[in-house]
Amino acid sequence: MKSDIIKGLQKKKNQILEDWITIQVADAGLREDLMSNDELREQSSELLDALLKAINDKNIINIESPDFEQVHEILAGLSISRARQGFSPRETGIFVYSLKEALLKNLDIDQTEDVKTTVETIFKINRLLDNLSVVTFETYIKGREEVILRQTDEITEISTPVIRVWEGILALPIIGTLDSARTQVVMENLLQEIVESGSTIAILDISGVPAVDSLVAQHLIKTVAATRLMGAECIISGIRPEIAQTVVHLGIDLSNIVTKATLANALKYAFALLKLDVRKIQNKVSQ
Amino acid sequence: MDRIPILRMGHFLLVTIQIDLYDRLATNLESDLVQMVNKTGARGVLIDISALSIVDSFMGRILGNIGSMSKIMDAETVVVGMQPAVAITLIELGLELKGVHTALNVERGMQLLKERIGSDDEDESEADEDSFE
Repeated sequence: MKSDIIKGLQKKKNQILEDWITIQVADAGLREDLMSNDELREQSSELLDALLKAINDKNIINIESPDFEQVHEILAGLSISRARQGFSPRETGIFVYSLKEALLKNLDIDQTEDVKTTVETIFKINRLLDNLSVVTFETYIKGREEVILRQTDEITEISTPVIRVWEGILALPIIGTLDSARTQVVMENLLQEIVESGSTIAILDISGVPAVDSLVAQHLIKTVAATRLMGAECIISGIRPEIAQTVVHLGIDLSNIVTKATLANALKYAFALLKLDVRKIQNKVSQ
Repeated sequence: MDRIPILRMGHFLLVTIQIDLYDRLATNLESDLVQMVNKTGARGVLIDISALSIVDSFMGRILGNIGSMSKIMDAETVVVGMQPAVAITLIELGLELKGVHTALNVERGMQLLKERIGSDDEDESEADEDSFE
């Protein structure tokens, strides 16, 4: 009986595919800008082929069965690529959920008698597709996390430039949250640049750092200490009021580090250390 | 036995460490240097560690010790040319080398020493500063 149903489904594959695509296209959330209808049809038919090939009355309740391996692979590939393309979870979800609708629709017409068996079959198909959607979401989120990780790496790489603002003066604007890994990169870049440029003063501007906790403060102190060991002076500038509050509340002692309100002030201080003077040019009054 | 040469330049003693220091060599350097400060009445000690790429806690402590010892014998110590990796290691080990001055290179180190000593030692350095203005 059950295998009849499955055979019926396999026979009506084209009809199911059409229904499925109609449901997907009808949904308002469909992103035609991200994926063309042809592409959608291709993906749908690939998945449906694999699913109907794999399915039989024995494995229908066991999604873990090796028969479904190919289905899993296709689903995983689909949801990861969708996560990367920027589809929302809803759009990705509809892809699988609408298949259930299409399957059940074509199932109904098949059945004329024996209500109990029909209900059972519907439950089984429901469970199978719910399992498939769980798989979809797992991989979708995995894909998203990969994207986030990659972006984090990129931010770390591009966001720690060491700028030579003057002969002998380096500036290092830090933007974004500081964590151990990033501070390590910042410290290494700064020290390397000090050696290469022979600078004696480094200005660490933290006006772009949203929050400072005890660990971050510890890192900053370490960076300053390391610069001192190299024989250069390190100035911290741009400490925002909130950060000043947290630092004092945390009981962190920054008193033996030179701190200035703004990068401009720090630069002025650095000029003073290097015995430089910035003056306005006085036009000579013609006599 | 290997020894690291200590050169005398006027009021200053000059040490350049060209090879990786092992513990024995470091302790020898420490005692030699203190003897030398005493004998010559040096006012400043300059240690060049630009060739030193590996440092451990013992080495860090020896450097700190030399600084403190010279200090109580009235000589300033400047460590010059520290590599970034060495600096990071020392900081991670919690050794901040308090009581030791640091400079980027030998030239800057000498300048620093002259400024430090010159303030209570009249002549040259002051002449230098005058010409600066």
